[in-house]
Amino acid sequence: MTIDELNKIKKEHEELVLVRKLVKEQGEKLAEKTGYRKQILVCGGTGCTSSGSKKVIEALEKSLKENGIENEILVVRTGCFGLCSLGPIMIVYPEGAFYSQATPEGVERIVKEHLVEGHVVTDLLYKETVHSDGSILSLSETPFYKKQLRIALRNCGVIDPENIEEYIAMDGYQALAKVLTSMSPDDVIKEVLDSGLRGRGGGGFPTGRKWSFARASQGDVKYVCCNADEGDPGAFMDRSILEGDPQCIIEAMIIAGYAIGAHHGFVYVRAEYPIAVQRLRIAIEQAKKYGFLGKNIFGSGFDFDMEIRLGAGAFVCGEETALMTSIEGNRGEPHPRPPFPAVKGLFGKPTVLNNVETYANIAQIILNGSEWYSSIGTEKSRGTKVFALGGKINNVGLVEIPMGTTLREIVEEIGGGIPNGKKFKAAQTGGPSGGCIPAEHIDTPIDYDSLIEIGSMMGSGGMIILDEDTCMVDIAKFYLEFTVDESCGKCTPCRVGTQKLLEYLDKITKGNGEPEDLERINDLAEHMQKSSLCALGQTAPNPILSTMKYFKDEYIAHIYDKKCPAGVCKSLISYEIIPDKCKGCTLCARKCPVGAISGTVKQPHVIDSKKCIKCGVCMSNCRFGAIKTV
Amino acid sequence: MAEKTLPTFRGTPEQQQKLQEVIDRNKQLPGALLPVLHEAQEIYGYLPIEVQQAVADGLGVSLSEVYGVATFYSRFSLTPKGKHRISVCLGTACYVKGADKILAEVEKKLGIKSGECTEDGLFSIDSCRCVGACGLAPVMMIDEDVYGKLTPDQVDKIIDKYIAEEGGSN
Repeated sequence: MTIDELNKIKKEHEELVLVRKLVKEQGEKLAEKTGYRKQILVCGGTGCTSSGSKKVIEALEKSLKENGIENEILVVRTGCFGLCSLGPIMIVYPEGAFYSQATPEGVERIVKEHLVEGHVVTDLLYKETVHSDGSILSLSETPFYKKQLRIALRNCGVIDPENIEEYIAMDGYQALAKVLTSMSPDDVIKEVLDSGLRGRGGGGFPTGRKWSFARASQGDVKYVCCNADEGDPGAFMDRSILEGDPQCIIEAMIIAGYAIGAHHGFVYVRAEYPIAVQRLRIAIEQAKKYGFLGKNIFGSGFDFDMEIRLGAGAFVCGEETALMTSIEGNRGEPHPRPPFPAVKGLFGKPTVLNNVETYANIAQIILNGSEWYSSIGTEKSRGTKVFALGGKINNVGLVEIPMGTTLREIVEEIGGGIPNGKKFKAAQTGGPSGGCIPAEHIDTPIDYDSLIEIGSMMGSGGMIILDEDTCMVDIAKFYLEFTVDESCGKCTPCRVGTQKLLEYLDKITKGNGEPEDLERINDLAEHMQKSSLCALGQTAPNPILSTMKYFKDEYIAHIYDKKCPAGVCKSLISYEIIPDKCKGCTLCARKCPVGAISGTVKQPHVIDSKKCIKCGVCMSNCRFGAIKTV
Repeated sequence: MAEKTLPTFRGTPEQQQKLQEVIDRNKQLPGALLPVLHEAQEIYGYLPIEVQQAVADGLGVSLSEVYGVATFYSRFSLTPKGKHRISVCLGTACYVKGADKILAEVEKKLGIKSGECTEDGLFSIDSCRCVGACGLAPVMMIDEDVYGKLTPDQVDKIIDKYIAEEGGSN
């Protein structure tokens, strides 16, 4: 592969991809040249696949054939668009008509009415994209996308991740060509360093500095690793990048290899992500075929090859030393640093390990320059951050925002607020290692340092929104159950400490908490922070500490009043029927699994608290809101 | 709780041959143990001690090392799984939307706990941490099918569908 050949491929496929990026009129002109009058992009990410996008694609292809237009319309299966709660998602270009929650039946209408007859099927569009006069708004102008800036996700939902030519059309491998033909390894490191890029896995260590340490290490064999063992439950940024744009990770790893003097790379990815693994496999094969991986890349004399290693479900393997121990074929236990991986890492050789999202920024930094990148974000946190927004929020999905965007903008504008008119209580970031941001700090700008200042952390990008129905003691307990499960057991502070913390929380949520427990938790937490071997144990107390800091009243209510204000902790609540609201429909009595509800038809019912097992089925089934917890 | 006896290992010669191929193919690979165990579990459905012994012999490592790795990672199972594998997501997004109630309902319906397999071998239940379908929370998977936006009262019907299919095929 030469640069001329690369540019030739780019030119051949550029127009096809550009149709998806242009405004309607320009897109229409261009579409005529591509041989396809319309393109349909269907999300094939995990979220949309789960909500049935495979069936939608089958129905689409069948319907196109039946109408005899299969050669005029291009169907592209892309990665994640971001709006996972509205899946399966499909977009028709050049109009940019955004159909949400597509069904096989809906697809037949779209083919007939939109593609054959030429009228957009307005009632099947995502409602935010339809004006009251029936005209449609482009996706980038909707509240969900307006405040986003997509750098790491730039190709997700735009290109076919299984087609390297579409990646090349979007400037793919231009950065690698530039690096290998016109930059020295030191130039590359300087560019990354100047960009201000910090590790997106959660630690926030400057990427350029990591690379310069590994470059300075002596050794003929070095390794480049990619951490795709996304373990935070509720986070799916890395998976979406691998599913939507796997080539950008490969390109960045080759660049990292050139910068530090490594010729071999490993991607350590969760086996629980079958779609991501498969797309990455295809991407590596294609990169080899086109000569981006292998010997003498771009005639520069530089060689690089890479392989995939599957994780096997151990959260601790997200820690860098544990991850490398796992690639070596062992129990994934961490070991003390120093020596740091940059000096002695995988198989005892100098190693650079970066997270998927970190790599996803590299090619753009090389192409557009560090000055461009560092102009985005805040002084100490440059660039953007991808978050997996989930929990009690209307627009569950994947968002990428410039650093410094406030939590309020994310929750109220991008996220579309809290469902069912409930109140925002807190956002949890950083998963089992992180903490919560309470409503009083909703105007905090999201960057590494501001989040640490208020007792949370950036984390890898999970952001779970909690509403007034969430018990903060219970959520802390949820995270501790997770860390107890996932503590590898190598060091005592973490192995025993997490278990003890969980016991305290269990006691408190069961109504047996003592006032001294809070003090005991604080003491133990401090020991764990100071003496655990790796970040898993050092940060395991964070979910408790931050909820104790901001929601102490809830802990007090559990301990002193034996009450759970949010009505979650089973031992502290009982269910009651509000006689005025009960219509006597008997639904709850029929649904109750233990026969604890009695009453006659059309008369208020009662719950026998002795029989009640507090499963909550009555409350979730009552159509009149007549059941409450006390 | 009384310890459950493991079912007798019934490996076929074909499975054994496949495993041998996997071992031969990976033998020279640095860090071969994990990739081999992944493939071994695909072949046998789980990793009984007999399979671990074969892997240990094939790769020239001790059985204790294989056992240590096999028990460290949650994805490896030393006991067989059901014909239909039910996996209830207990990731954070699902948890805050009531996934624990879904799991309890599944356990009640099948009369087994998470991590166990029904006696007829039809169903096993596991909880998992995030299948990545947070937009559909709470979520459960049965084999490859994802059921999203669940409420506890839907569980009964969903599982009945699988039971009916099994009844029909007998």
